[in-house]
Amino acid sequence: MAYSDKVLDHYENPRNVGTLDKNDPNVGTGMVGAPACGDVMKLMIKVNDSGIIEDAKFKTYGCGSAIASSSLVTEWLKGKTIDEAYAIKNSAIAEELALPPVKIHCSVLAEDAIKAAVADIKAKQLAKETA
Amino acid sequence: MSATIEMPIKKDLFDVNGLAKSLHDESGPPVYLDYSATTPVDPRVAAMMIPYITEHFGNPASRSHPYGWTAEKAVENAREEVAKLVGADPREIVWTSGATESNNLAIKGAANFYSGKGKHIITVATEHKAVIDAVRELERVGFTATYLEPEPNGLIDLAKFKAAIQPDTVLASVMLVNNEIGVIQDITAIGNICRENNVIFHVDAAQATGKVHIDLEKLPVDLMSFCAHKTYGPKGIGALYVRRKPRIRIEAQMHGGGHERGMRSGTLATHQIVGMGEAFRIAREEMDVENARIRKLRDKLLHGLQDMEEVYVNGDLEQRVPHNLNISFNYVEGESLIMAVKGIAVSSGSACTSASLEPSYVLRALGRSDELAHSSIRFSIGRFTTEDDVDYTIELMKSKIDKLRELSPLWEMFKDGIDISKVQWAAH
Repeated sequence: MAYSDKVLDHYENPRNVGTLDKNDPNVGTGMVGAPACGDVMKLMIKVNDSGIIEDAKFKTYGCGSAIASSSLVTEWLKGKTIDEAYAIKNSAIAEELALPPVKIHCSVLAEDAIKAAVADIKAKQLAKETA
Repeated sequence: MSATIEMPIKKDLFDVNGLAKSLHDESGPPVYLDYSATTPVDPRVAAMMIPYITEHFGNPASRSHPYGWTAEKAVENAREEVAKLVGADPREIVWTSGATESNNLAIKGAANFYSGKGKHIITVATEHKAVIDAVRELERVGFTATYLEPEPNGLIDLAKFKAAIQPDTVLASVMLVNNEIGVIQDITAIGNICRENNVIFHVDAAQATGKVHIDLEKLPVDLMSFCAHKTYGPKGIGALYVRRKPRIRIEAQMHGGGHERGMRSGTLATHQIVGMGEAFRIAREEMDVENARIRKLRDKLLHGLQDMEEVYVNGDLEQRVPHNLNISFNYVEGESLIMAVKGIAVSSGSACTSASLEPSYVLRALGRSDELAHSSIRFSIGRFTTEDDVDYTIELMKSKIDKLRELSPLWEMFKDGIDISKVQWAAH
């Protein structure tokens, strides 16, 4: 499979690999995919009190495109509000990485991971307010 | 001819000092560890073939002049060499274009010829597609079939094989050496069961020649498929063994000039046939020494890789050719693994050619999980593999697996003691 240079770059030098403290009330975690399907993405975002994403980390089990998609979104997420993050579309990821049609699902998974991480932080915030 | 074996793949990479180090520069061609996919043609084989393309170009079927006689003599010499390697009579060898054609000719040819005797066929879920799809085609035209599941080690339980035989079973097809996991089936025992039940027995031996001893004089086998290109011969040539005593008959699949006693029409590819003969001669003379050397390399590779955590050998390790090592690296995804190890040329158990990943059907048939099937690599070593290649491979695998596991959320969960099989995954 011919990968774009951008995919190869993210695959060879993935950005922001790691984990954040999942018990931190300011950290949202999104884990999407399934091992049987060949990809699992875990995305963690740390949001400050103004609702800005300060840090983002990922770990991905998957093909080169899946690794590149998740690496790319960690770069994009930093500095964005959670609403801006929520608005990131898979098509933008696929376009940036020039993913071939058979790899579009990797970008879909990355979008799902963002949405899951944002949902998690929103749930935490809600729990904090109601507590 | 000189007996020195040159390394056709890497020769040009040797620097003035002949240091192997330069071979393993990632910018150069990868180390070839995919001998089960195909082998390079042995230089001795290539040298033998060339005169039959240029000088001795005659049609072996031409009876009226020396061009034809020379070609015919070469074809018959090669037939003898092929027969000798497998303990057959040369008259039992039919030339084909390769193992796929041999399998099709054997399975469809015998099933159709003997369809009056019965319409049920037994084969194994881990057979090559050339067998499985030939049987499926017969199912389409009115035959029935049983696809036996092997045991988790890849071998067939003889009692299960026996139990699968029905009153109208006409044909069974079981491969000698599996292409993905290298396990050796007990062809003698399976053949004896077939004999007792009057079932014709076909064996796909494409991966077996030059790796295991085959003596068809003793083996209870009726039909056996071979090809040249897994045994350092050229691609595009194979053979089918068709037993004479007791005589087995097959319906031709290719009709025409009545070559090969009517079983396979088509002008014989003299140069290819000469290549197969020479390749099989070398195999017969050198296999014992070669296999001992390859076994040492395989053991070294195995021990090196087993230093890592969570690696699983697929298929039985004892009843197996030494050329094959199929290993799953848990918590690492197959395609990213293949990308990571581009310094070596290997095959993956994961065929990620479409949006939905297809794990190897052979590993799935062993009961391996999709994840382990996806994260498998088939290392197959052969005549030109060096100890240095193996050292390089071990180091490469260790560093790349480490890197990918650092990236893997599944590895992290495993390290945290989470049972991944119990996690509820969101389907996508």
